[in-house]
Amino acid sequence: MDIVYTIWLRSVKRYLRSKSRIIGSLGMPVFLLLVLGLGLNSVVTLPDMEQGYTDFIIPGIISMSVLFTSVFSGIQIIWDKQFGFLKETLVAPVSRLEIMLGQTMGGATTAVIQGLLILILSLFIGLSINSIPGFLVAIVFMVLIGLSFTAFGIAIASRMEDMHGFQLIMNFVIFPIFGLSGALFPIDSLPPWVRSLTLLDPLTYGVEGIRYGLLGTSQIDPVVSFVVLTGFTIFMVVFGAYLFRKINI
Amino acid sequence: MYAIEVEKLTKKFHGFVAVDSISFSIERGEIFGLLGPNGAGKTTTMSMLSTMLKPTSGRASVNDFDILKSEDDVRRSIGIVFQDQSLDEELTAHENMDFHGRLYRVPKDLRQKKITELLELVELEDKKDNLVKTFSGGMRRRLEIARGLLHEPEVLFLDEPTLGLDPQTRNRLWQYIEELNKEKGITLILTTHYMEEADRLCDRVAIIDKGKIIAMETPENLKKSIGGDVITISSPENDDLHAMIRLQPWVNHADLHNSSVTINLKNAEQHIAEIVTLSSANKITINNISIHKPTLEDVFLHYTGRTIREEEAKTKDRMRMMRRMRTR
Repeated sequence: MDIVYTIWLRSVKRYLRSKSRIIGSLGMPVFLLLVLGLGLNSVVTLPDMEQGYTDFIIPGIISMSVLFTSVFSGIQIIWDKQFGFLKETLVAPVSRLEIMLGQTMGGATTAVIQGLLILILSLFIGLSINSIPGFLVAIVFMVLIGLSFTAFGIAIASRMEDMHGFQLIMNFVIFPIFGLSGALFPIDSLPPWVRSLTLLDPLTYGVEGIRYGLLGTSQIDPVVSFVVLTGFTIFMVVFGAYLFRKINI
Repeated sequence: MYAIEVEKLTKKFHGFVAVDSISFSIERGEIFGLLGPNGAGKTTTMSMLSTMLKPTSGRASVNDFDILKSEDDVRRSIGIVFQDQSLDEELTAHENMDFHGRLYRVPKDLRQKKITELLELVELEDKKDNLVKTFSGGMRRRLEIARGLLHEPEVLFLDEPTLGLDPQTRNRLWQYIEELNKEKGITLILTTHYMEEADRLCDRVAIIDKGKIIAMETPENLKKSIGGDVITISSPENDDLHAMIRLQPWVNHADLHNSSVTINLKNAEQHIAEIVTLSSANKITINNISIHKPTLEDVFLHYTGRTIREEEAKTKDRMRMMRRMRTR
């Protein structure tokens, strides 16, 4: 456990030290919140929901922030590989599983912090937190998104040689995951075939879970969301650990 | 008691034999050098001994632990300074040390004590809270050596410890390495392609070329094995010069290389005039002539027929090929 803590500590230290990264990765979500949230609020009315569009997309933007930060944290292993630091870790008398778990938890922690920052900023544009249990539910879902997608990033990084493929992954994997997740639109109003696609996207359950926590309403039963996302997280961590075990340096 | 025993160790990468059935033993407290050009298989050997790479065949033990059966015991008992930098630049010197100590499960009190002690040893104590990215190449190397010693290994692996460092820093590092060996009795195994480095530091040197050990002795004995003096001549007519010199009765042996002829003989001072006279009588121009005592460079030349510098240029291509194969 102390090894996992050691690796976690390093990730968090590095994150807290890179102020420009923290501010930088707030840019896009804040932009979307303002443009979409405030811009479309008066135009869009959602069926069966008392909240406005701004409130509706806040959980989506929080999920996005957690998603991007966690995938990015996972993929950072490539840098460790290139700058040689990974060797130092891998040659120590510790198991690769411990290293991988430490990285995953470190990535998830930074991702959740990033999500919380968006949540705090959202308070200024109209979000109000009415119930503490609901808030905690949202946190739990953020943690699950963070863990699963950091593990996802590690899995990708284990098979990549350098950062050249990063753009590819971003455009063809991460953006579709975000776009299809129902972060920006209610999934019930979609044509049936698109709806089934969104139900295949694990992030959908994260977004819906956070939405339930913060707004008290969701289109997917939160218990279902929790079960699906937990299953996905366990699968990703096992899969990531498996690929990381075979990493070459 | 041996610190390291290696028996017929072999590593192949997709048909390319990087290390070819090498065997050697290193005694405790010894400084042992693997000397050879880039791509000779030095780093591959180190990687196998440090359990980073699985050998294709053969066996080896480090501190009596088998590198295949007791990986973790081997890892715990060795320290490594890699050829390429392996520090976290976003952390401070102290944090890099602390991270290492935690990974090797050094208890907290001891860890703090050792970190202070080692940072003092490598004269980085006053810079301990600076980020590593602000450090120079020499400082980073020193920090890496200090880090490698934190968990009190019995054997320290140094892969090209002074590569790319300026002569002054190199000298200082050599002093550290010697102190470590004398004061702490640590066994050191280092790879290098610098002849002076091997000569100055190592108790014994294994010359390795194309994956094979071609000579293994103390630097003194290696040089003695050549015997006498060495004269190096460069001339536009190297071929003719070589043919002529070869036949002289006082020549031990003469070798022809791309840009020079080297002659091995006793009492070089007495024969140098004769060489010059002979050359002008045969209308051979001499650009350059020099006498020196044999160095490890001559030893390498003697055993392989090439200078280590000639080898550098050629191996670059081979290295690239190997890297491509490994990454596939």
